[in-house]
Amino acid sequence: MWDYTDQVMDHFRHPRNVGVIDNPDGKATVGSLACGDALTFMFKLGEDGKIAEAKFQTFGCASAVASSSALTEMVIGKTLEEAEKITNREIAAYLGGLPDQKMHCSVMGKEALEAAIHNYRTGEESVVQVHEEIVCTCFGVSREEIERITRENNLHSVEEVTNFCKAGGGCGMCRDRIQEIVDEINHSAAAAAAPAPATKKMTVLQKIKLIEQTLEEQVRPVLRKDGGDVELIDVEGDVVRIAFRGMCAGCRSAAITRDNLIATALHEFVDPAITVVME
Amino acid sequence: MQPLIYLDNNATTRPAPEVIEAMMPYFTESWGNPSSMHAFGGNVARPVAQARESVAAFLGAERPEEILFEGCATEADNHAIFGVTSAWGQPGTIITSRVEHPAVLGPCLRLKEQGHNVIEIGVNAEGLFDLEAYAAALEATPGPKLVSVMWANNETGVIFPIQRIAELGKAAGATVHTDAVQAAGKLPIDLRSVPVDLLTIAGHKMHAPKGIGVLYVRRGTRMKPFVLGGHQERGRRGGTENVPYIIGMAKACELASTALTDGSEKQIAQLRDKLEAGLLATCPDSRVNGCRTNRVPNTLNISFEYIEGESVLYHLSDRGICASSGSACAAGSLEPSHVIRAMGVPFTAVHGSIRFSLSRYTTEAEIDSTLRHVPEVVAEMRALSPFVKH
Repeated sequence: MWDYTDQVMDHFRHPRNVGVIDNPDGKATVGSLACGDALTFMFKLGEDGKIAEAKFQTFGCASAVASSSALTEMVIGKTLEEAEKITNREIAAYLGGLPDQKMHCSVMGKEALEAAIHNYRTGEESVVQVHEEIVCTCFGVSREEIERITRENNLHSVEEVTNFCKAGGGCGMCRDRIQEIVDEINHSAAAAAAPAPATKKMTVLQKIKLIEQTLEEQVRPVLRKDGGDVELIDVEGDVVRIAFRGMCAGCRSAAITRDNLIATALHEFVDPAITVVME
Repeated sequence: MQPLIYLDNNATTRPAPEVIEAMMPYFTESWGNPSSMHAFGGNVARPVAQARESVAAFLGAERPEEILFEGCATEADNHAIFGVTSAWGQPGTIITSRVEHPAVLGPCLRLKEQGHNVIEIGVNAEGLFDLEAYAAALEATPGPKLVSVMWANNETGVIFPIQRIAELGKAAGATVHTDAVQAAGKLPIDLRSVPVDLLTIAGHKMHAPKGIGVLYVRRGTRMKPFVLGGHQERGRRGGTENVPYIIGMAKACELASTALTDGSEKQIAQLRDKLEAGLLATCPDSRVNGCRTNRVPNTLNISFEYIEGESVLYHLSDRGICASSGSACAAGSLEPSHVIRAMGVPFTAVHGSIRFSLSRYTTEAEIDSTLRHVPEVVAEMRALSPFVKH
């Protein structure tokens, strides 16, 4: 069984504000039967502009029901501007926390709230933009959503993204793409946080030594498996001249090998400005 | 406290009191090592040998040395699959089904990564094995072949035609393994007439405790040991014999043999059928998953449309009823059961599938009580569901 808190079990066993509102001011459904969880959320505003009534219907597991129920309690009495600021983490915290794999239930609550407010303001049914890139086709999760969840919750791995929004938890085809998105966000966050390290000035001799060392450690072991080898001919500024030996010489895939293997290694370990030229 | 109604016997079973009683002396008095060269230990070798004979008799095995005691059924499945394929010394083909237990699918995935050819045979909407596709796969693949197909499915209880599967496999020169964990004790097993080479059973699915599995290896089957480092089980599975559990396993087999002949199993089927008919009558939009005429007697897999399995299980648990679900959330993954999906169950029903599995300890009063509670829970969950027209 899941390690649910007493608050989760209480909201699951005794869900608050179940049902529908006649003529709601805002209403939205997120999720679907196929996904395994779905939430219909609606609210009505009072004369003071605050949410007077909120109701929900949920198809899903115990934590999905509890998150929906918690959401309705949290928004009642708030203005839309205040309600909008509620994050999925606050929904989870209201319940005393959720298991990692169930964080997506709190995200579903946050999304339903956003969509219902959007529905009130624009009359539109859905906030999902058609031009958005859908990354996870199993659960219909867009790039924007993955980026936002990654930023807001400081996520680093595909597993964490799956826990928070289910993306990548179906067929798994999109897992590499999700990792790219997560890496991009983390890299740009790290770049913004720390100033770029000053480039080390190397002597020509140091540079040649480093290139030779990189070829020995990173490149030759791979080429030798196929009976090939590589020789460093010359270094002029950032231009590195290389010749292939053995089985590699004259091989049609040599150019591809050079680009992918040698350039990548030299860029990483010596200098990103290097251009590789084959003799 | 409300009484416990245990209807999750395909997950694990209550250890029979007779089994525990038979085991106890081997914890408290006769705790020696059967390999020892002193009478205190050596005397334990005889009961272990007798236990091997009991298990052999239960399965209809020709000789007791064809019975290997292992740590669990997952180990036995791993041993069968890796043991046979590593004896090949070359890549070959493994033919299995799409609805196997992870204990078989996991090793098959590893073998695929290692360059073997793995073919998964599908099932139809009733969960029945596609014999035609299987025969075609046998014919189309040259080289060494291993067949590993379950006898009965853990989620739906659907029975596969293992006799025919084994005959076709043997005729094509394949080594044939079956995971019979969900068949043992529920159906008669007779290895004199079913020509499989390897068969797995688990103690804790048939009223022995967790921690003991059996791999039957027909004499002459070429395979390598899986757990190395001991002469036990004639060098095929190292490790000091788990004496109390081996004794318990043998006792469980004896009790199961009796239950198969004295009508207990028939009574289980009657109670299962009563539960099934009652739920279909009282819960609208419900459907049985899996062929109703070709199932083990204790299993009912039923989908309640528009509601989600985990929620149903938690509400049933609050009422003292233990069941199981193929729902994604209950399984701790995001994808619903591979078995239910392989059968093409409509997506409105996939997430609401509930498995009730009975045992010979299940009473009619328990079934009656379940029949009162389940419709309440289903109605309660549907009142919450956005997909039900209220």
